[in-house]
Amino acid sequence: MGDMNFIGQSVKRREDYRFLTGSGNYTDDIVLPHQSHASFVRSPHAHARIRAIDKAAALKAPGVIAVFTGDDIAAGKVNGLPCGWLITDVNGQPMKEPPHPVLAQGKVRYVGDHVAVVIAETAQQARDAAEKIEVDYEVLPSVVRAGDARSKGAPTLHDIAPDNTCYVWGLGDKAAVDKAMASAAHVTTLEFVNNRLIPNAIEPRAANAVYSRADDGYTLYVASQNPHVERLLMTAFVLGLPEHKVRVVAPDVGGGFGSKIFLYAEEVVLTWAAKQLNRPIKWTADRSESFQSDAHGRDHVTKAELGMDKNGKFTALRVTTTANLGAYLSTFSSCIPTILYATLLAGQYATPAIYAEVTAVFTNTAPVDAYRGAGRPEATYVVERIVEQAAREMKLDPAEIRRRNFITTFPYQTPVALLYDTGNYEATLADAQKAADVAGFPARRAESAKRGKLRGLGYACYIEACGIAPSNIAGALGARAGLYEAAEVRVHPTGKVSLFTGSHSHGQGHETTFAQVVAARLGIPMEDVDVVHGDTSKVLFGMGTYGSRSLAVGGTAIVKALDKIIAKGKKIAAHLLEASDSDIEFKDGNFGVTGTDRKIPFAQIALTAYVPHNYPLDKLEPGLNENAFYDPVNFTFPAGSHICEVEIDPETGRTRVERFTAVDDFGKVINPMIVEGQVHGGLTQGIGQALTEGCHYDPESGQLVTGSFLDYCMPRADDVPSYHVGTQVTPCTHNPLGVKGCGEAGAIGAPAAVMNAITDALGVRDVEMPATPQRIWRIANQKPV
Amino acid sequence: MIKVSMTVNGKAVSAEVEERTLLVQYIREALRLTGTHVGCDTAQCGACTIHLDGRAVKSCNMLAMQAEGGQVTTIEGIAAADGTLHPMQEAFHQHHGLQCGFCTPGMVMSAIDLLKHTPHPTEQQIREQLDGNLCRCTGYHNIVKAVQAAAVARR
Repeated sequence: MGDMNFIGQSVKRREDYRFLTGSGNYTDDIVLPHQSHASFVRSPHAHARIRAIDKAAALKAPGVIAVFTGDDIAAGKVNGLPCGWLITDVNGQPMKEPPHPVLAQGKVRYVGDHVAVVIAETAQQARDAAEKIEVDYEVLPSVVRAGDARSKGAPTLHDIAPDNTCYVWGLGDKAAVDKAMASAAHVTTLEFVNNRLIPNAIEPRAANAVYSRADDGYTLYVASQNPHVERLLMTAFVLGLPEHKVRVVAPDVGGGFGSKIFLYAEEVVLTWAAKQLNRPIKWTADRSESFQSDAHGRDHVTKAELGMDKNGKFTALRVTTTANLGAYLSTFSSCIPTILYATLLAGQYATPAIYAEVTAVFTNTAPVDAYRGAGRPEATYVVERIVEQAAREMKLDPAEIRRRNFITTFPYQTPVALLYDTGNYEATLADAQKAADVAGFPARRAESAKRGKLRGLGYACYIEACGIAPSNIAGALGARAGLYEAAEVRVHPTGKVSLFTGSHSHGQGHETTFAQVVAARLGIPMEDVDVVHGDTSKVLFGMGTYGSRSLAVGGTAIVKALDKIIAKGKKIAAHLLEASDSDIEFKDGNFGVTGTDRKIPFAQIALTAYVPHNYPLDKLEPGLNENAFYDPVNFTFPAGSHICEVEIDPETGRTRVERFTAVDDFGKVINPMIVEGQVHGGLTQGIGQALTEGCHYDPESGQLVTGSFLDYCMPRADDVPSYHVGTQVTPCTHNPLGVKGCGEAGAIGAPAAVMNAITDALGVRDVEMPATPQRIWRIANQKPV
Repeated sequence: MIKVSMTVNGKAVSAEVEERTLLVQYIREALRLTGTHVGCDTAQCGACTIHLDGRAVKSCNMLAMQAEGGQVTTIEGIAAADGTLHPMQEAFHQHHGLQCGFCTPGMVMSAIDLLKHTPHPTEQQIREQLDGNLCRCTGYHNIVKAVQAAAVARR
């Protein structure tokens, strides 16, 4: 195809200059005229009744403009935060949806729960005054661990759910699994914890809300991954404002990883209060607040059983999971441990019978929601850990047991609802084994042993599902939103192009990749294409960026809009060239008559569309501006093979990742440099989960113990290796770009690969994540905790 | 309130601030140089790294008045006057050493300082010396490559 000249090129990013020179524009950088500042009073207790709030001293503090509490919010008829996905339980009953107030109504349910807001002239004055608010708490017993939430005597968080259970949900054929298990030659059983993580985008959450009496309109600047969803939820469900009177702008956003998808209390409170006070109000989270109040990720306790025949062919998989949802339902929390988890439990394998049962519980912890991978890392962890363990028990090579069970014919209908369109799992595994020099591992292991070190190798062959779709099926499964994406291609009279996309870039480089797509399709220079995103007043209704959907869904919307541009351009060209529409072809930026050398460049067609003097006005509107909404027909299914090699020092318990190889199949790749960068980042988050990161609440007090970067161990440059990454390409069969999505793969595959390597090195069944030096040392030296 | 004066990016500046004002607040709020970022409250993330009197420091970890009379360079003062990127900035661009851009100013300021002290760093030395700067996007892989390339370009 002549239009592919930018496709597959590692074009350097056009967004870099502003970020490298300090001229980015993040939410906290924005200062509005008459700016005021907010500080939130948060609960210091995991669970308590609020007897009284005394705000008198705070109101007298210097610079204070107002103090609002739950009473003001209730009087202002501000609703609670909605949950965007209704899960129906095993008995056909809807999940329990307790109110999620934006400022506490009589009770607090986790450390960091919002109690009051102070608004003052400066941020420091707001913080000072917040400390003067006296809240009289009656402290209640708390429960923080998923496994304890349903125990006898556990305190109840919400009256609506006396046993702290949001739902018990199942997927798959339970009877078929029971039958297959009963006749299995061998059953491998493993229990594990998928540790709770705190997302920690380096830019903390921030918002700045302004109200204008002149037009009764609001503008909210907010660090968000999906400004339209933010606006829809806030206007239609929480504040009851007219949607067209609210503009939401997500400017430069310093990383999201899921945590900036959700509608949070702070943003609602600021927007509401901006009108009450007729002042712009800004709030930027301290890192401590981020730790306490950003939606967390993962936090599953799981028992898995894998049945096999005598040759190691999988016959059944049974998975029983308890998922910790935290104290309230965050925006998409309910679908993460269900729709985005259990549906992935087939992995890359043709296991004929699978049943998963998920019990989702409320605890006195921060809400849990999507975090990079969102359900799919948890599923991969279950499948890839138990498959590796099964290989050990069956005395099979871990790659061999996988090969015996790989799905090899497509499309493939899994027993857990998904229809895989395409893939080549053998190819990615073979490539990864070669790149990782698996053949040389025994020698390296022997060499490590000579130095008193333990070396291990582990695999993870993951599958993921990107671009949740189609909307009607998602709706039938409980989604309360559409899952399409939108794009507008605005061709200017001189042939320059502004692309408006409903996707949002917060590190993914859309301004570059999307411009490549547009320039390649239109045969024009990339410099002629500008990419606009993140502003509801400019962009048509878009669903934003999450779930590795931007190129597969957003990119397809762009292509559809471009197709309309080209179709209209052909009509204009046909008129100018006095040919029929069907004889016009568009190639390398020119509209020409097939089989002749008569052609007109794109820019001239654009000019004709806007200066329609010689133009078929009776048949065709002037202008060249098209939009498209694209609702995918299916998920995309990226898959890959990750191989991790670790060396453990039994003296110190320190694990070093010596080699990490990832071969991924993302379908076609538009910008390999950006794709590799996404993989590197995901891998580091995955290795972080396995080795360093773990959110810990004290089970007695419910206090967040890991509440700062001093206590929560983020992976640093010297905790991770340089990576070997490669790609295999089986193009997605149902979108025109053939792309699948790459944003989460690293975080999905890495934890299982690392833990399989560690358990291989130590010769044990399980080590709990994060595999800290202390945990490893105790195992290596047989000292039980 | 106290008057604090210093030289920032070659220009004499002065502002009346509260005594407790941190250097990073002085830079961001009083001077409106918002390229220097705040990513934590425990001097762990390094997003606020600047150069003070020729050394990389975390500007959240000192008071503005402690920099009284000092020579400060922020990310805004690194590129040439005509906008040409500093070789370290250019290396980050060429090697895709940044994604969301939030840690980037601090990372670049630390990396420039690193090469000043260790002109021929090994990969391990780069990783160890960037230990004070957190990046959540890149996995550090391309940052390390960028610093290696800048070290070569510097010779």
